Amino acid sequence: MNILAVLIPVSLLLGAAGLLAFFWSLRHNQFEDLKGHATRILSDRYDDEPAEDAPPRKDDAPLR
Amino acid sequence: MTDAALPTPQGCAACAAVPEPRGLPARTAAEVSLRRFEISLPEIHCAACITGVEHVLAGEPGVAGARVNLTLKRVAVTAEDRPGTEARLIDALESRGYAARPLDSAALEATRIDATGRDLLARIGVAGFATMNVMLLSIAVWSGAEGSTRDLMHWVSAAIALPAIAFAAQPFFRNAIAALSARRLDMDVPISTAILLALGVSVWETMHSGAHAFFDAALMLTFFLLVGRYLAHLTRASARSAAAELAALEVRLAQRIGADGSLEAVPLDALRPGDLVAVAPGGRVPVDGTIVEGSSEIDPSMLTGETMPAAVGPGAAVSAGMMNLSGPIRVRAEALGDDTLLKQIARLVETAERSRSRYASLADRASQFYSHTVNLLAVAALLGWGLATQDWRLAINIAAAVLIITCPCALGLAVPAVLTAASGRLFRQGILLKDGDAFERLARVNAVVFDKTGTLTTGRPVLTNAAELPDGALAAAAALAAGSTHPLAQAISRAAAEAGLRIAPVADLREHPGLGSEGRRGETRLRLGRAEWVGAATPVDRTAAWLRIGDAAPVCLTFEDELRPEAAETIRRLRARGLSVSLLSGDAEGPVRAMAGAVGIDQWVARATPAEKVAHLQSMQAAGLRVLMVGDGLNDAAALAAANVSISPSSAVDASRSAADLIVLGDRIDRVVDALVLAVVARLRILENFVLAFLYNVVTVPIAFAGFVTPLIAAISMSASSIVVALNAMRLGRTP
Repeated sequence: MNILAVLIPVSLLLGAAGLLAFFWSLRHNQFEDLKGHATRILSDRYDDEPAEDAPPRKDDAPLR
Repeated sequence: MTDAALPTPQGCAACAAVPEPRGLPARTAAEVSLRRFEISLPEIHCAACITGVEHVLAGEPGVAGARVNLTLKRVAVTAEDRPGTEARLIDALESRGYAARPLDSAALEATRIDATGRDLLARIGVAGFATMNVMLLSIAVWSGAEGSTRDLMHWVSAAIALPAIAFAAQPFFRNAIAALSARRLDMDVPISTAILLALGVSVWETMHSGAHAFFDAALMLTFFLLVGRYLAHLTRASARSAAAELAALEVRLAQRIGADGSLEAVPLDALRPGDLVAVAPGGRVPVDGTIVEGSSEIDPSMLTGETMPAAVGPGAAVSAGMMNLSGPIRVRAEALGDDTLLKQIARLVETAERSRSRYASLADRASQFYSHTVNLLAVAALLGWGLATQDWRLAINIAAAVLIITCPCALGLAVPAVLTAASGRLFRQGILLKDGDAFERLARVNAVVFDKTGTLTTGRPVLTNAAELPDGALAAAAALAAGSTHPLAQAISRAAAEAGLRIAPVADLREHPGLGSEGRRGETRLRLGRAEWVGAATPVDRTAAWLRIGDAAPVCLTFEDELRPEAAETIRRLRARGLSVSLLSGDAEGPVRAMAGAVGIDQWVARATPAEKVAHLQSMQAAGLRVLMVGDGLNDAAALAAANVSISPSSAVDASRSAADLIVLGDRIDRVVDALVLAVVARLRILENFVLAFLYNVVTVPIAFAGFVTPLIAAISMSASSIVVALNAMRLGRTP
């Protein structure tokens, strides 16, 4: 039964990692446009991340 | 892009041709400030649309970034903050075939970042994580762990469950405290009691090495209920953003004439009495006032429902909301604020809304009944077992089991899941739901009242007597009408085009605002216009224009409001469902009677003022009818607010759209029937779900009462009933 002392923390850690990943995705607007994200994979344009919701700072989106 | 690849205006441009990637010209990072705004894209629907729109925008100068949101059908643009940028980008999109509308960013600000939704999602995440882990530990207990191993599992479960519930169940605790401090019971009171009691009992049992702990049940309860809350929130949020979007579409500007004669676009609020305002043909009069310059015809149909245009000249009074048809006019603003006809209608809307009886939704009524029953059952179990056995530890355990088992997991999902599925489906059918309740009210409707102008008709005139006209008259009229923006002239042009006539142009074509058009063919003078101007003696009781060729007797061309092609079928389908259908119009008796006959309505009222419309609806309601009002004009706004539930086409005036509960996009009036059918089915699903949830309780409550409910049974029955209810709701999204 001593194996439980290892397995329980391991399972908790794995679960916590999943939870953190969920929080990360929540904070990075991954749930803002579910329909759009589902169709965007069909586009062959490279698309690295959803746009931030906040208005841009001057220095972070220079005019192209 | 070649011409062949240019999109058709109707379809999706990008589906036909995705623009070829172009090299973006390098631009120096000029010292301009950036601004973020949104553009509404009502017709986008696929991956190629997204790429196309983003590509068009990225190719425009001054754009730093553009990101389409397909769910909301909008694009967020970051571009240089210069006047006119937005209009330029919209033009660029329109020229590539993407329908684009400006959105008032300030009106959207409130709905953009969905903080409540994120908060609920985070709580769902925590509850889900904790449920899964505790469930794993519980499986060890259920499969026979004993002694110190079982205690260890329980302690670890407690260590996960207590902080998780402290965070995740906060919405329920907060609502329960609010309800209790207002001395009422709602769904959240038994929920909070159940969660807290289950946790308390479990901790106590764990400390005393007991066999049963309900940590998993408490967590699962929290998880399922949070999912229900989130679904309800999604429906409400999408309804709210639909309402905000409709409000943002309306740009309220007036063209004020400055002291030096220059035109300046100002917001309506900035106008003062005495200001001069220019109204171009085709524009709406922004204020109540008097015409000081110019003569024209005005169309009062949005205000009164009357379809007959009236001739106006200097000195004539006009009201806000009227449409200027033929010539440019200048209006001196007189009544503003509380005195305008618009404001009077707004007051009528307010009174009608106040007098409308509040509808208690099915969920409200169910939870009222439920919370009392559940609390009573738990107390009865506690007292019964406690007094009978004098074993209060056992009694509390059983009371906790009763609370957990009866707790409305399935009930909490029953309504939100159905409404989410239904409003998603409505949205796909082109109907915006502004109020979740409205759907339940729609299902119970047994009478439908239609407005005429703009609702059953398109509000666009058609020539009715083309076949009876003498030879050459239509061609001559069409020649005079060519190029005019007047709706009657356009109707003549359309009729001539349909008849396949070849139209020889006339010489010296001149349009006299408010009177008609004049031209010359050889030595013959041609005139098309108002009766007195043309020289016709006999005015007729319907919308008409007169044509005079030379000195011949004038010919009368009559018009009527064009019936929507789907109107008659819509009425037939409504009647087939056993609804009483009536017509309530502000127009004159003749056109209303003709219209009622054409679509098969036998009850109609003509010449109804806005107040009379409200009174008519209220008398119907007093007779026990639940009325659905379908209307679009300003004169309908109060009636829309007074009806049990109301629908407006998206072309309706602002006041009506905000008074209506549902908005039909694309002006397809037959969607009213679709919405009605869906509402009836949705109500059926909600009731089915209640029955399912109730049946589950009928089976499990006696077991709980008898003291046979173990955590395993609680876990199985709770998840089973929730899944059954959710699946039943999901059927709505698929079957017709």
